Amino acid sequence: MPAVKNTPRPSWWQRLRGGLEKTRGQLAAGIGDLLLGKKAIDAQVLEELETALLVTDVGVDATRTIMQALTQRVARKQLNDTVALHGALCTALEAILEPNCRPFEVDSARAPFVVLVVGVNGAGKTTTIGKLAKRLKSEGKSVLLAAGDTFRAAAVEQLTEWGRRNDVPVIAQGQGADSASVVFDAISAAKSRGVDVVIADTAGRLQAKTNLMEELAKIKRVMAKVDPTAPHEVVLVLDAGVGQNGLSQVKEFDAAVGLTGLVVTKLDGTAKAGVLFAIAARWALPIYFIGIGEREDDLRPFDKQSFVAALLENGA
Amino acid sequence: MFENLTSRLSRTLGTLSGKNRLSEENIAEAMREVRMALLEADVALPVVRDFVERVRGRAVGQEVMQSLTPGQALVKVVHDELVALMGSANDRLVLTQAPPAIVMMAGLQGAGKTTAVAKLARMLKERENKKVAVVSVDVYRPAAIEQLRTLAREVGAVHIDSNADEAPLTIAARALKEARAKFADVLIVDTAGRLHVDEEMMAEIRALHAALSPIETLFVVDAMTGQDAANTAKAFDDALPLTGVVLAKTDGDARGGAALSVRAITGKPIKFLGTGERTDALEPFHPERVASRILGMGDVLTLIEEAERKVDRQKAERLAKKIGKGQKFDLEDFRDQLEQMRNMGGVANLLDKMPGMAHLPQSAQTQVGDGAFRRMEIIIGSMTPQERRFPDLINGSRKRRIATGSGSEIADVNRLLKQHKQMQKMMKKVTRKGGMARMMRGVAGMKPPPGFRR
Repeated sequence: MPAVKNTPRPSWWQRLRGGLEKTRGQLAAGIGDLLLGKKAIDAQVLEELETALLVTDVGVDATRTIMQALTQRVARKQLNDTVALHGALCTALEAILEPNCRPFEVDSARAPFVVLVVGVNGAGKTTTIGKLAKRLKSEGKSVLLAAGDTFRAAAVEQLTEWGRRNDVPVIAQGQGADSASVVFDAISAAKSRGVDVVIADTAGRLQAKTNLMEELAKIKRVMAKVDPTAPHEVVLVLDAGVGQNGLSQVKEFDAAVGLTGLVVTKLDGTAKAGVLFAIAARWALPIYFIGIGEREDDLRPFDKQSFVAALLENGA
Repeated sequence: MFENLTSRLSRTLGTLSGKNRLSEENIAEAMREVRMALLEADVALPVVRDFVERVRGRAVGQEVMQSLTPGQALVKVVHDELVALMGSANDRLVLTQAPPAIVMMAGLQGAGKTTAVAKLARMLKERENKKVAVVSVDVYRPAAIEQLRTLAREVGAVHIDSNADEAPLTIAARALKEARAKFADVLIVDTAGRLHVDEEMMAEIRALHAALSPIETLFVVDAMTGQDAANTAKAFDDALPLTGVVLAKTDGDARGGAALSVRAITGKPIKFLGTGERTDALEPFHPERVASRILGMGDVLTLIEEAERKVDRQKAERLAKKIGKGQKFDLEDFRDQLEQMRNMGGVANLLDKMPGMAHLPQSAQTQVGDGAFRRMEIIIGSMTPQERRFPDLINGSRKRRIATGSGSEIADVNRLLKQHKQMQKMMKKVTRKGGMARMMRGVAGMKPPPGFRR
C-alpha cells in the first residue's frame, strides 16, 4: 500500500494539535500577545481578538455574537484581566459547540444500519468512508460499502480499493449507473447477508445545483423502499478549508436530504474550520468525526474541549 | 459564483451612486459595508484591509469629491481597484517551450486538479489544435491514475500510463520521454494533492518541478475556500515558482473571495475558472469582466463568446433561412432553441452575465430555473415527428398520450402549445416587418451579427 509513509506514528492528540497548529497559531498569536503583553483589557485587545476570530473563518455574524458577549462582560467588570478574558473565550466557544457533541452510534437493533454520506466535490467523502469502514470494522461490526458515486471517473475504483484494504465488500455497478439503484442493491444485499452497517457513497455535488440535489433526495427515497427507516444517518462531509460557504452547504444539503450529522476533514492542514462555530450557532447537528490525515486510522471522534483547547492553546 | 458579493456591493454602492454630495460619514459607512461584504465573501482579512484603505484614500481624494457625480465616481474607483486586485488583463498560458511544453498542476487534496487537467487538455486540443499528453504522478490516492486515464479517453488526450508502485520522479522522467516520442505539443502533469505543511510532500513536488522544469506551474484552488486560501497559496508560491492559478468549482454559490485573496497575496494571475462538472467547463479568467460582474454590471462579452462557441451555427442558419422563406416555426425548431439555451449553460448562466441582474431578488432568479425548459423539451420529445411539424394535429386524445408519455399533466402540454403559438406569432410579426434577419441574429438563433470574429 503506497499511501502509507513509514514515519513513526505520533499519538492522535499530537496529531490533532499538530493539525491545529496553524489555527492555534492564528488565535494564539493574537491571544498570546494579549495575555503576555498586557494585563488590562482595552479596545485594542478586543479588536485583535475579533480579528483572530475572523481569520479562522468564524464569520462576521458568529464573531460579532461572541465579541458582544465578551465586551458586555468586560464592561460590567466581570472580566478584569486578559487571563479571565481567555477563560471566558474558551467557555464561550465550547458553549457554542455544546449542542453539537453527540457520538456516532450504530443502533444494532436496526441492522442494516444505513449511513448516507453527502458533500460537495473534493470534500473527502470517499476517504472518510474508507476510514469509517475501518473504524466500524475494528469495533467488530460487519460493514458493506455502496459505490454510489457513479459520476466521477474512477470513483468506484477508489472506493473498491478502500474496500480491499479493509476487507469490506463493495457493491458497485460502474460509472454512469443510477446511483439510487446501486444503493438499493447494496441495502438489499446487506439485508440478506445480515450485515450490520451499510455506508453509501455519493457523487460530490455543489449545493446550488438543484437537479443534483434532487437526485440525492431520490437516493434517499429509494433507500426507504428497502427499509422504511433508512437512512439512519445522513452525514455531510465538510472540508476544513471551507469558508462561509460551509453555512450554505449545511443549509442546502439539509433541505434536500435532512442531515443528521457532520464530519470535518483535512484538519491536519492550516485550515481552521472556524466556520463550525457559525454552523453550530444555527444547527444542532452533531459533529461526529474529524479527519486529521491520510492514514486509515486518521478519523477521530469530535471532542469540543480538545478542539477548543487545541485551537486556543498558547505557545505550544 | 460572486452573486452574494455582487448583491452586497451593488446595494451598498447603489445607495451612494445617486448622491450628489458625499460626506465623510457616508463614505465611512460605505467602507464598513464594503469591508463586511468582502469578509463575508471569504476574502482574506489582510487583503480586505488593504483594499478598503486604498478605496478610502481615493474616495476622499479630488477625483471623487470634485466629480459632478461623486457616487458614480466612487463606484468607478471600487471597480478599478477590483480590477487592479485581480490583475489587469487575461493572462494566457505560455507554451513557448520546445515541445512538449510542460504544464504542472499543484494544490491541496480535493481542490480539483485532476478535473482541471482534463478540462485544460480538452481546451488546448479543441481551441488550439494541440496534441496533448497527460500523466498522473499521484501514487497515493487510490484510483487517482485510473481517474485521469478515464478522463483522458473522454477528452481525447494521450494518457501516459503510470502505476502506483512507481516513484513519482520515475514516472515523470518516463512521461517526458514518451511525450517526446509521441510528438505531443503539451504534456500536462497531474500531481497528488498535498498539504503545504507536509514537508516530505512539498520536497517531492519541488523535486518534480526541478526534474521537469515546466513552463507553466498552475496552482489549483477551490473557490469555496475560506481565509486559508491566502495561506496555502502563499506557501505553495514560496515552494514552487507558480505561474498562475486555476480557480475551481466557481459554479456553486461560493462568493469567490478566494479569487481575490490568492491573486493579491501571490501576485500570480488567475488564468482559468472551472465552471462545471463537464470537461468543457473551463473559462479563461478576465479580471475586468469579473469585476464588472461583481459590481452587477454584467459580463456581456463572455456571453457573446460563449454563444459563438456553443451555438450550432448550421442549425441557426437553417432556421433563419426557413423562417425567412415564410415557413412556420414548428415545435421541432422550438425544441432546438431550448436545447441551444441549455448548451449555453442554461438560464442561470445567462442571467449571471446579464447587466443589472444582481438587483433581482434571489427568489426571482431561481424561479426562472432550467427545470421548466427541460420539462418543455421532454414534452416535445414525447410527440411524434408528425405532431412536431404540424402542432394543429394535437387533439385531446393526443394531448393525453403526450402528457402520459412525458410524465406531465395535460395542462402542461396546453401551456407549452400556447407558448409555442405565441412565439410563432412573434416570429411572423417580425418577418412581416422585415426585421426577422436582425432578430435571428440578435435573439432567437443566437447567431452572431456579421463582422463578429469567430
